[in-house]
Amino acid sequence: MNPEALLLGAFIYLAAAVVAAPVATRLGLGSVLGYLVAGMIIGPAALGLIGEEGAHVMHFAEFGVVVMLFLVGLELQPSKLWELRRPIIGLGGLQVVVTALAVGGGALAFGFGWKAALATGLILAMSSTAIVLQSLNERGILKTTAGQSCFSVLLFQDIAVIPILALLPLLAAAQAHDTHDTSLIGDLPGWAQTIAVLAAVAVVVLAGRFLTRPLFRLVASTGMREVFVGLALVMVVGIALLMQLVGLSAALGTFLAGVVLAESEYRHELEMDLEPFKGLLLAVFFIAVGAGIDFSLLFGQPLMVLGLVIGFILVKLAVLFLLGRLFGMSTPDASRFSFALAQGGEFAFVLISLAAGLALLDPSQAGLLVAVVALSMAAAPLLMIFDAGIIQPRFANAGEARADDHIDETGTRVIIAGHGRYGMTVGRLLQASGIRAVVLDHDAEQIDALRKFGYKVYYGDASRPDLLEAAGAAQAQALVIAIDDREKALEIVETARRHFPKLRILARAFDRVHAYRLINAGVEDVHREVFASSVDMGEDLLVRLGLHPFEARRAAMRFKNQDERLIRRAAKHVDDTQHLIDLARQGSDEIERVLATDLGGAPLTQDHGWEAPDATRSES
Amino acid sequence: MWQIAGMKILVLHAHPRLSASVVQRAMLRAIEGLDDVTLVDLYAEYPGLDIDVAREQQRLLHHDVIVLQHPLYWYSSPAIIKEWQDLVLENGWAYGPGGTRLAGRFLMSAISTGGPEQAYHTQGRNRFEITELLAPFNQTAWLCSMAWLQPFVIFSGRRMEAAQLSAAAEGYRDLIVGLRDGTIDPLSRLAPGFTLPPAFADGIHR
Repeated sequence: MNPEALLLGAFIYLAAAVVAAPVATRLGLGSVLGYLVAGMIIGPAALGLIGEEGAHVMHFAEFGVVVMLFLVGLELQPSKLWELRRPIIGLGGLQVVVTALAVGGGALAFGFGWKAALATGLILAMSSTAIVLQSLNERGILKTTAGQSCFSVLLFQDIAVIPILALLPLLAAAQAHDTHDTSLIGDLPGWAQTIAVLAAVAVVVLAGRFLTRPLFRLVASTGMREVFVGLALVMVVGIALLMQLVGLSAALGTFLAGVVLAESEYRHELEMDLEPFKGLLLAVFFIAVGAGIDFSLLFGQPLMVLGLVIGFILVKLAVLFLLGRLFGMSTPDASRFSFALAQGGEFAFVLISLAAGLALLDPSQAGLLVAVVALSMAAAPLLMIFDAGIIQPRFANAGEARADDHIDETGTRVIIAGHGRYGMTVGRLLQASGIRAVVLDHDAEQIDALRKFGYKVYYGDASRPDLLEAAGAAQAQALVIAIDDREKALEIVETARRHFPKLRILARAFDRVHAYRLINAGVEDVHREVFASSVDMGEDLLVRLGLHPFEARRAAMRFKNQDERLIRRAAKHVDDTQHLIDLARQGSDEIERVLATDLGGAPLTQDHGWEAPDATRSES
Repeated sequence: MWQIAGMKILVLHAHPRLSASVVQRAMLRAIEGLDDVTLVDLYAEYPGLDIDVAREQQRLLHHDVIVLQHPLYWYSSPAIIKEWQDLVLENGWAYGPGGTRLAGRFLMSAISTGGPEQAYHTQGRNRFEITELLAPFNQTAWLCSMAWLQPFVIFSGRRMEAAQLSAAAEGYRDLIVGLRDGTIDPLSRLAPGFTLPPAFADGIHR
């Protein structure tokens, strides 16, 4: 492909994505369906803007699935994976087996040979990780009971792809030997292959555990974001290559790496940096799927193809629903679960091309399967909308008590941005009071030290809404802004107020002028960083000078309250733009103004409480 | 008997604005520096009202007579005395099951008032006797199996001549010293109508 064609192709795909996603989301259909439809429109069937390169593009865009599984892995601490072992193995395993048998039986009845039928069953047992996770996440139900079950099943399927990849050639053993095996170790004897696979997995786990942290710290300390992003990509691509080298699924390899890195302090930053790549690649992938739908087949035998799609979806729905109930889901949850997973998956395309290459499926069967899978994927978002809009409300109306969704976010209550000498004190007080805080900081060395003491500290820039989101800003009660950068603090305030209006913001101000700006930016709780400490010292000094400690305390408290009131009143009259023009000059002007107020204003007189000035207390 | 010479006296003093006080400062001056008399300025020690409970309980255990010295504010004590009661006199320690640590000790209020003595009378402006107004302290002592002594009061001290006030303050010192030395029998100074609580005697062999 020459450079112009590459650019043109990129332009068409990206433009389609940019147009389709907002339109589809606005219509409430979800971005996945938008991409699929956009693919159909720009594909050979309609506009023909993209053509025969579709398969290559799809192959490339499958990398989006790889990145997605890395990100999924990042979300999954090993402990949580272990917690999910029952749904993953039980529910996921049964789902694959039962669906494969049911679909395979259908294929037999349709006139497939038993081998082709079995292959078809296994291939169609897969659901679309990309569509389901994306859609559940968009709808915010990924962490619910149904969402977690979907996730478990998808995870099992992704793992099951590997034995299925191995099984298909065995099924085809009777047929002509095929040289599909692209892995470098394909010529090695079986035991050596096994060792190579285990070694590759060990490399991923050990490198993830011991090598990435110092590497990320090194890169982070340069302060160059693009290098950090580059390193993240190098890691994911590298793992994908390594896995393909030994014939494993790249998606599974990166998933594993993600799990290993899930406990790392760079987790949020990695998530944020890879998120756009994943999103774009998946968009291109879905567009390619849409473009790849063979409409000639559909228009040739429309009833048969549609019948097969509907039958396939119904079989999946039935199996999933029954299994869901069997595993103790409530009816609405089981419905949501089955509607979410009732489609073919992207791995099906890989498996179909493999099976066709092995002559397990003849070209017409393969074409038919591709059409069925693609159409079921196109139908998937519609099915989820159908469930959410029509089925779920019925349960609600029928008065069936819907089990509370199990929200699996371990309740972040406070986010502390900046854990230097200021934020740390705040954090320590919280810790001492048994309140968990998520800490975001940009200093790699500091983070290392803190993690040694068991703090949940993450590396990252808190002025990014996505990072705040990842830290739990949507559920948290309060955000503490304690970073030592005036402008950045204001940026964070703006971001937080725009994206998380319910979040209470407590901000550290550097001085009066900074405090004015924070107050005017809408922060309720502004604390000047050295103010409390200097008032404390003033109080101490008054005691040293012989004032009674309680009277010194009262004087300090009055002074403090008076000054806090003054600063809030003054903030209203401050012209913000003028401050931006000349902060330094404004700062010194401000000091003069404050000192003048102290002189002119009322001294810190006591009230008449406790001892009447005229010494004739009338009451007692 | 238990009131051997060498009774230890703890004076817990509270005035939120000592610099403006006349009578309380005179009273403090009068008892300053006496042997076996511990003087604690609660507001000075705890300007944030964050009373160290364990420390204050230890203090109580080391003394036989507890004196609450303060101006009478709104027919009661300044806030920190109440805080001290709320925090230090713990259930299971000072009262309640197993709460016998203060049994056999003496509690006495030493107060100054703005109003004259005749105001604190059924027919007076304040309608109640001082001992009636201080009923919460009476009952506090009873619940802690302590003996509640007749309050020491300086009425309208701010209007006194200097000599008169120092005479009153000396009276205060004489009482404290007498209790300390056993020349004044505390049981002879029980508040009117106060009978010893049943468990009072359990504490006297400590």
